[in-house]
Amino acid sequence: MLRRHFPKKAGERVVWPLVCWTIATVLAVPVLAIFWSVTQDSDGIWEHLAATVLSDYVSNTLVLSAGVGFGTLLIGVTTAWLVTTCRFPLSRILRWALVLPLAIPTYLSAYALTDLFQFSGPVQSWLREVSGWERQDYWFPEVRSLPGAIVILTLGLYPYVYLAASAGFASQSAAVTEVSRTLGVGFWGRLFRVTLPLARPSIFAGLILVLMETLAEFGAVDYCAVDTFSTGIYRTWMSRGSHTAAAQLSVCLLCVAGLLYVTELLARRSARFHHATQRTRAADPTRLRFGHGCLAVLLCLAPILAGFVFPVGRFIMLSIESGDARASELLGDLISNSLLVGVLAVGATVTTGFLLSCLRRRTQSVATAIAVQIAGMGYAIPGGVIAIGVLGPVWFLEDGLLALIERYTDWTPGLFLSGTLVAVLVGYQVRFLAVPLNVIGAGFARISPAMDHAARTLGSSSVGVLRRVHLPLLGSSLVSAALLVFVDVLKELPATLILRPFDFDTLSVRVYHLASDERLAEASTSALAIVAVGLVPVVLLTRILEGHRSENSPVSSWNRTS
Amino acid sequence: MTTGQQGLHVEEVSRSFGQIEAVRDVSLSIPPGEIHCLLGPSGSGKSTLLRIISGLERQHHGAVSVGGELLSDSSCHHPTEIRPVGFVFQDYALFPHLNALKNVLFGMRARRTEASRQRARQLLVDVGLADHFSSMPHTLSGGEQQRVALARALARTPKVMLLDEPFSGLDVQLRSDVRETTLRVLRKSGIATLMVTHDPAEALSCADRVSVMHGGRIVQTDHPFEIYHEPLDDRTARTFGLVNLIDFEERDGAWMTRFGEWRGSPTEVDRDRSAVLVRPEELELVPSAGERPQFQVIRVILEGATVVYELSGEDQSTIYVRSLSTEPGSSADRVGVRFR
Repeated sequence: MLRRHFPKKAGERVVWPLVCWTIATVLAVPVLAIFWSVTQDSDGIWEHLAATVLSDYVSNTLVLSAGVGFGTLLIGVTTAWLVTTCRFPLSRILRWALVLPLAIPTYLSAYALTDLFQFSGPVQSWLREVSGWERQDYWFPEVRSLPGAIVILTLGLYPYVYLAASAGFASQSAAVTEVSRTLGVGFWGRLFRVTLPLARPSIFAGLILVLMETLAEFGAVDYCAVDTFSTGIYRTWMSRGSHTAAAQLSVCLLCVAGLLYVTELLARRSARFHHATQRTRAADPTRLRFGHGCLAVLLCLAPILAGFVFPVGRFIMLSIESGDARASELLGDLISNSLLVGVLAVGATVTTGFLLSCLRRRTQSVATAIAVQIAGMGYAIPGGVIAIGVLGPVWFLEDGLLALIERYTDWTPGLFLSGTLVAVLVGYQVRFLAVPLNVIGAGFARISPAMDHAARTLGSSSVGVLRRVHLPLLGSSLVSAALLVFVDVLKELPATLILRPFDFDTLSVRVYHLASDERLAEASTSALAIVAVGLVPVVLLTRILEGHRSENSPVSSWNRTS
Repeated sequence: MTTGQQGLHVEEVSRSFGQIEAVRDVSLSIPPGEIHCLLGPSGSGKSTLLRIISGLERQHHGAVSVGGELLSDSSCHHPTEIRPVGFVFQDYALFPHLNALKNVLFGMRARRTEASRQRARQLLVDVGLADHFSSMPHTLSGGEQQRVALARALARTPKVMLLDEPFSGLDVQLRSDVRETTLRVLRKSGIATLMVTHDPAEALSCADRVSVMHGGRIVQTDHPFEIYHEPLDDRTARTFGLVNLIDFEERDGAWMTRFGEWRGSPTEVDRDRSAVLVRPEELELVPSAGERPQFQVIRVILEGATVVYELSGEDQSTIYVRSLSTEPGSSADRVGVRFR
């Protein structure tokens, strides 16, 4: 016994944290490369930026984040609460339909909604036709503006809050509601004093994802001509050609992201709501009266229409009217390329995320926790910045290895890192690792430590616990992590643009090229393809959502998913 | 029914779930200050009855009133939140995001005032949790959680308190302490208390009256002493412990058994089976002699203060006899039995 016991202890204290730190360090290299830029001289560009546009970047980014955060909370929490705790006509369909906007990248809905609501677009044309007004006779909100960007991002990102809040509401036990009733607390009191506070950690996790997406958002914000940090970084780098100044700008963004991480960490620590009750029976949904039911349908339908049906409808119309002339010859390649990078990225990030989450749970050490946090930082960094951060170290490594190989052999492998999918995958790994870390981490948090102890006392090794207890219980978390990463990769634009091998076009790259040339009609075919491919994981995601209703204890969720 | 106006009144309440009749024609009256235990096997409708009284379920027939106020019948149904009814759940259902004091304050009307806070603190002191005002539920032990739940339910000064197996999650040592605290507080407040339990000893030791439920019906309601010694049927009798079914013949107005004439209460007579229900302690061992039926001692069960002899007769019948464990035991192989 002793001889088996001691090496295990050593593994817990030294080897596992070491593995964590190795992964974290590798993933942190691009971030470190960006931080290293602070020490470099940007030839006065930074000073120039600070004196001119920096305050705009700061205020626009803040207003955008606050607006999108508020909007997604409002829509996400309201709809999640309606479909999980109430029963009304169409509520079952709406429950999964509310996730649909997740299938559309925000830059695509920006293209489509702008096209719909601009002066020459169908809505305003129709308005003029009906009323006989001219341009100066009426006021119409400008889509390509800061409020427009807020609305577009809110409509595209609210499903993150919606999903998290649904999970939070569905996991609440009926006993908590019933005991509040016996204590004389009515409907609104229960909502604001019990239901919402209990779901707060889940909702907050969803909000953090939204804020990170907002900070990293490039396509839609750029199209709406709003100067935020991420477009500023892009512009500084593209038009001024200053890699250093762009990296220095992104340091600011990194600090905000770091702040978000710390906030999330602290919030999660203070709000570890282990359900105090053992018997968790899910609450029966309230049947709404007809009037309230109609209102609920409208409230849930509005974001689906604006965030999914209208943009997709516009793309469908455009693609029927004109479409991409080269669609038939290109589409097959584009889809298979997108699927290829998607699947490879899912495999890489989910495996790493799972490994890190396991080690973090096992060791419970501060060092491991910090390493995991560092590994997940890339989520808030704009893809383009990560691409630059990745390229530097990859070039460096490639040059060194090439020199070695050529010195000892006759073989010339070419650009085997930067010219292949390896660079793209490293970029995705850095960018998206936070998704599996968050989702799997939350899954682990639901598995009570008592279950580990029970398994250990029943003779399982720590690997056995992982295989026979954690993996089955984490099934739904792993699947959601995989799906979320897949959707994200498919939509990802700037990092793919920069890191892709020469002539390796994905759907998003093709749409971007066409849309930036104002050839939206031609872009519509590929855009629809992105939406179609993105729909598959979204529909699968909704099946997990169905499972969430019974996911009050890990045991019942396991029953449902297996 | 002027005196009956106070307390809890349940009249002919029925509730079914699909084909299953969970509660059938249940009537129950509990005056203020009474601790009333509801005992029965699982699925006998105890919890459903509590949920009907609290308004979490609605009965199909019958009426519920508290303190002379009709809470629910076929035409009206007050929602749970306005009923003067407290409920302590089996798993306590403390709010995990609130500390002990805030849990207690949760249901109070003016919970931001210092007076309310003072009262909530006093309630926690009353249940013996003076040191745990700011403790979060998951840091409290089972007994402490139970007492917070009780204080929380008391904070609304309910007229009726419903306890659903409130002590079942506690270990034996803790259980009697917590039970004593709980019931002392409830008696002091003059609240009509209905407590569901599956522990007969608990029901007998702490209740003022006990109701036994079987298959959705209340089969007997009585004081603990009567319900133990004068059960209406053998199923109720067995709920509270060992019982002997002894055949009798009616002769000249007297009930004759093989142990002699029986002079107990006529309620204990099961006429259908022409047998009387006799508790083991109503019998005693005598040295084997004469024409009395003889028994063989199969087993001696020490209960602590008492000891139970399991005897087997010549006709294979089993008889239990209980005596004080300080009395000299019978070392004889064969013994006789008679009424005390």
